[in-house]
Amino acid sequence: MAMTVVEKILARASGRASGKAGEVVEPAVDLVMSHENAALVINQFLEIFKGTGMEARIWDPSKVAIIFDHRVPAESPKTATNHKRVREFVAKQGIAKFHDIRGDLGGICHQILPENGYVRPGAVVLGTDSHTTSHGALGAFAFGIGATEMASVWTLGVALNIEVPQTIRVVVKGKLPDLVSPKDVILHIVGRLTAEGANFRVLEFHGDTIQAMNTSGRLVLCNMSVEAGATSGIVPADEETLRYLREEAGVTDPLTPVTPDRDAVYERVIEVDAAKLEPQIACPHTVDNVKPIGAVAGTKVHQIVIGSCTNGRLDDLEVAARILKGKKVAKDVRMLVFPASGRIYAQALLKGFVGDFVQAGAVVMNPGCGPCLGVHEGALGDGETALSTTNRNFKGRMGNPTAEVYLCSPAVAAASALTGTITDPRTVAGGAR
Amino acid sequence: MSTVVLTVGDDVSTDVIYPGRYMATVLPTETPQYAFADATEFNAKLKAKQVPAGSVVVAGKNFGCGSSREQAVSTLKGHELVIVAKGFARIFFQNSVNLGLRLVEAPDIVAKDGDELEVVVGEVVNKTTGKCFKVLPIPAARRAVMEAGGLIAYTRQRLLEKAKR
Repeated sequence: MAMTVVEKILARASGRASGKAGEVVEPAVDLVMSHENAALVINQFLEIFKGTGMEARIWDPSKVAIIFDHRVPAESPKTATNHKRVREFVAKQGIAKFHDIRGDLGGICHQILPENGYVRPGAVVLGTDSHTTSHGALGAFAFGIGATEMASVWTLGVALNIEVPQTIRVVVKGKLPDLVSPKDVILHIVGRLTAEGANFRVLEFHGDTIQAMNTSGRLVLCNMSVEAGATSGIVPADEETLRYLREEAGVTDPLTPVTPDRDAVYERVIEVDAAKLEPQIACPHTVDNVKPIGAVAGTKVHQIVIGSCTNGRLDDLEVAARILKGKKVAKDVRMLVFPASGRIYAQALLKGFVGDFVQAGAVVMNPGCGPCLGVHEGALGDGETALSTTNRNFKGRMGNPTAEVYLCSPAVAAASALTGTITDPRTVAGGAR
Repeated sequence: MSTVVLTVGDDVSTDVIYPGRYMATVLPTETPQYAFADATEFNAKLKAKQVPAGSVVVAGKNFGCGSSREQAVSTLKGHELVIVAKGFARIFFQNSVNLGLRLVEAPDIVAKDGDELEVVVGEVVNKTTGKCFKVLPIPAARRAVMEAGGLIAYTRQRLLEKAKR
């Protein structure tokens, strides 16, 4: 029977010969991830074992990753105490894939997992974070779950009652114009599908634009697939996936890419002409409120953010540094930069990007989720406007329900930092190559 | 019969249901104080215990979109609210089944604050307007968890079965 990538992965993980959308399966899980909300997972995990007379042990600690990123370093005694509890649990259970608050090994979970080679093509990956969809960039089936569901997986090692999702085939063709990036591709797709258009479905990415795209860019596409409601985004593993895992993530053991069958059944197919794309902006307060940059250019902004699991990788920092180098962030604008991991921070230092940012007037922060979800730092004042390379612009997202958040690519963020208004990067010097 | 105490539109995110700034609070005993924290009037009513258990929030499409934070469910469950929506986002839906928050998916629901609703098999009746709205069934895959009384109880059951084998 012809299968999509997710059908193949779930069939293999459930010990079946084939899988079909709509079937209910209980796949064995290859990797699970939690961040600070591991504190809640631990509570629920201990609750499951209550009254059973059994010792609470994780089914396989080698398949568990815990990364602190949402509130690092801790902003309050409450968070610090949660961190401490998680640390103690990690030591007790023998969890080796633990990334504490460190300048070398720390970072955002959705960067730490790929760059350390934890995610493999064909794997079933679950995380207590909605942007776990990111890891589909390596050809895995990766999706977000809640804390109680994670506690259940820690106990049993399987995901219970998973309905095999339908797949939407997304074909992206053509060469991306200069200063138009994977972020613009996914914003355009979310705008077309709407915020619930892919609910309970998987987006499977194809086309020559995707083939030519590096893993960093594919992570952007899969990361934001959830903004169209998708269970997961998947780029079928190819040469680039193997290159990334071997060369950048240092993986040496055998890898087996999973590709869809030629006559696999898709719920529908959507096509994107990348060559015709302009920079895209998601306007307040929904991610699907997407407009080409011309529609909102000139809008005054108070804070610019570059970073997050969506756009805090080295190539994102590079394009921004190229635009900002030797220039100044406009007066009355705060610019905050968050590299996605300690490794990326170190690379950005070596390449001089950090110096370019600081000299331009940006504040370079430690790797972490930063202001993206309004829990930690970089909050907005009443009625202020932010322009950000993050992934969500919901009301209250950056900590203030009266503020507005626009979403964009790193090139747009950097160009706009120079002017203090939403600015097309193709119009500023240093923009076009 | 239950009264509609709040009506909201499409795409209400978990940031609106439970703002990110309260995410360091995780215990289901503590999260209810922050339900719809930025809707200050409604939040005040909840905190003053002026909203009886079983009261209804009526929402549009894609209710609970965004983050996987389970606090967005435990905060509503703490007040024993019932959510009647045109549709739910996937993770919020799963979390609700797992924690036992009552969701009713009625794609055509029309109701306003103060209306009296009755949920019966297969439909929800707006007693104030006299209109009936079809309710989508909970997927079979989720029923076992509901029948066990939530995912903690269901997993415990499965753990004990596994230990016996």
